[in-house]
Amino acid sequence: MRDSTVPTAISASAVAVTPTPAKLPSSNRVAFAKFDWLLLPLVGIAAVVGLWFALSATLSKDLPNPIKTWEASKPYILEPLAKRGELDQGILRFTWLSLILVAKGYLMALVVGTPLGFVLGLSKTMTKALDPIIQVLRPVSPLAWLPLGMVLFLGAGRQASELAALFTIAICAMWPTVLTTAVGVRAIPQDYLNVAKVLKLSRWNTLTKVMIPATLPYMFTGFRLSLGIAWLVIVAAEMLTGRPGVGGFLWQQYNALVYEQIILCILTIGVVGFILDRLMSVVERRFKTI
Amino acid sequence: MSFLELNQVSKSYGSTEVLSNINLRISEGEFVAIVGYSGAGKTTLMSLFAGLIQPDTGTVTLAGQRMAGPGPDRGLVFQNYSLLPWLTVFENVKLAVDQVFPGKTEMERIKHTEKFVAMVNLRSAREKLPSELSGGMRQRVSVARTLAMNPKVLLLDEPLSALDALTRSTLRDEIARIWQESRMTVVLVTNDPDEAILLADRVIPLTRGPSATLVSGIDIHLPRPRDRRFLNENAEFKMCRNQVVTSLLAAGAKPKTTITRDLVLPDIQPEDISTPRLSSNRRGPTRARERRREEVEIIP
Ligand SMILES: Nc1ncnc2c1ncn2[C@@H]1O[C@H](COP(=O)(O)OP(=O)(O)OP(=O)(O)O)[C@@H](O)[C@H]1O
Ligand SMILES: [Mg+2]
Repeated sequence: MRDSTVPTAISASAVAVTPTPAKLPSSNRVAFAKFDWLLLPLVGIAAVVGLWFALSATLSKDLPNPIKTWEASKPYILEPLAKRGELDQGILRFTWLSLILVAKGYLMALVVGTPLGFVLGLSKTMTKALDPIIQVLRPVSPLAWLPLGMVLFLGAGRQASELAALFTIAICAMWPTVLTTAVGVRAIPQDYLNVAKVLKLSRWNTLTKVMIPATLPYMFTGFRLSLGIAWLVIVAAEMLTGRPGVGGFLWQQYNALVYEQIILCILTIGVVGFILDRLMSVVERRFKTI
Repeated sequence: MSFLELNQVSKSYGSTEVLSNINLRISEGEFVAIVGYSGAGKTTLMSLFAGLIQPDTGTVTLAGQRMAGPGPDRGLVFQNYSLLPWLTVFENVKLAVDQVFPGKTEMERIKHTEKFVAMVNLRSAREKLPSELSGGMRQRVSVARTLAMNPKVLLLDEPLSALDALTRSTLRDEIARIWQESRMTVVLVTNDPDEAILLADRVIPLTRGPSATLVSGIDIHLPRPRDRRFLNENAEFKMCRNQVVTSLLAAGAKPKTTITRDLVLPDIQPEDISTPRLSSNRRGPTRARERRREEVEIIP
């Protein structure tokens, strides 16, 4: 007993003494930590811009340097809503056109993907029948789907390119929704289904009052992943169909040997994708709380 | 005439027989408690009553009719509450009410729901989600949801096991009160002999699994309401408990060697020495010598 109390007393006094010398550096640390959310990203950006300067000056002489890029992009950024021609519009106008196309294709993906996910989750037979097909189709690139879409909608005349683009977005963006919804349906606790059974809920009520609410958190994870893919696909779809939009503009400028706006388009696509993902994860988190 | 009846029922999961040759007759308005070991197959037995699973052999009948599937006439209070986490207390109960009384108007159904939420003392929590409730409150919602369906048989699967001792006794008294008011047929499953004796008209031990089966029941004639505080020293209560425990132990897989011997308790009354002793109330020990039978287990 005695032996054990003595060291405790010593260590207790040691703890009481140490904080005083440690105080100064720690308060500096706090001041730094307050701004590092701003400071560190700025350092990162500066490093990348520096690298960009260096690259355009040495290895790839055709790459416009940051200043030239800014000069050439200015009209598109400072007049974001201008419309000078079909393929010469302000950057927000292009973004808006792309977003509309993505929204249409994404909705199609959800409308087809969610029920398909439910069917796969509910029926072992359907899973066995469809899973190999899904696993084969899932990794196919949008660049491969688009020509098929063009062929499919050849008869649609002027609408063909839009329909082909929508088809490509929908079929590429669908898979995360299908797969996570199926996982969610399989993960519905047996208890909830027992409640539905004891209450003798009809099939429709079991679906709408028990199964869909229980699957919602999974579904929204799928929706978020699908939106990310839909936005990825838009560039490819616009490039190949020549539709106006961020991706179409990028491809057109490349073909016209005007390289300055390519980086503007890349940044726009990145920023918009980032914002979409943030928005979706806010929505997703709301459903996660249940 | 028996109301709820199990005839030669057995149920296996895979190659293990969980329940074997279960025979049980329950009359209308009776409160029956089934006491069994953990994992003996109590929930399985309840699922058979509720019609969630079908027996491999034998029959389950309610009022002479063979049960084909689950239905709201047998209200099951699940062991783990099974509330829908995205619905509030009120909505959880209302879901059941909407389903069971489609003929009533919306106003009547809301009234009915409110009545049962109030019955389990949850009016102040009616807009809360299950995740915001304590275990005891969740269990009460589950009881309210089931009672609101106005079932012919109330099936309670260990309704008190997950609760702390204090909440347990409050909720136990609530169940006793609700039963006295409604007099519906109740089957309670529990692993606590005291709880069974305090609530039921008849206690039936379930032997240790696998192949668990019911042994002969013990009728409890204690007057109601049964107050735990007074019953602890009640001779009949002690006898009932002894019978239940003995038959549960006898039914256990491991045979035990015990001897019974007489134990004479000395005639001394414990005294509170913190109170000053006045010569006026200086009396001798008040408790008379007592003889008890004591059972001692022999560990070889
Ligand atoms: N769906 C199932 N599939 C396979 N085995 C099961 C299933 N349900 C229960 N069992 C088995 O049946 C036996 C009895 O389970 P049951 O849940 O009925 O026990 P219990 O008496 O309710 O236990 P507890 O007191 O812990 O609730 C256990 O050994 C369990 O492993
Ligand atoms: Mg159980």
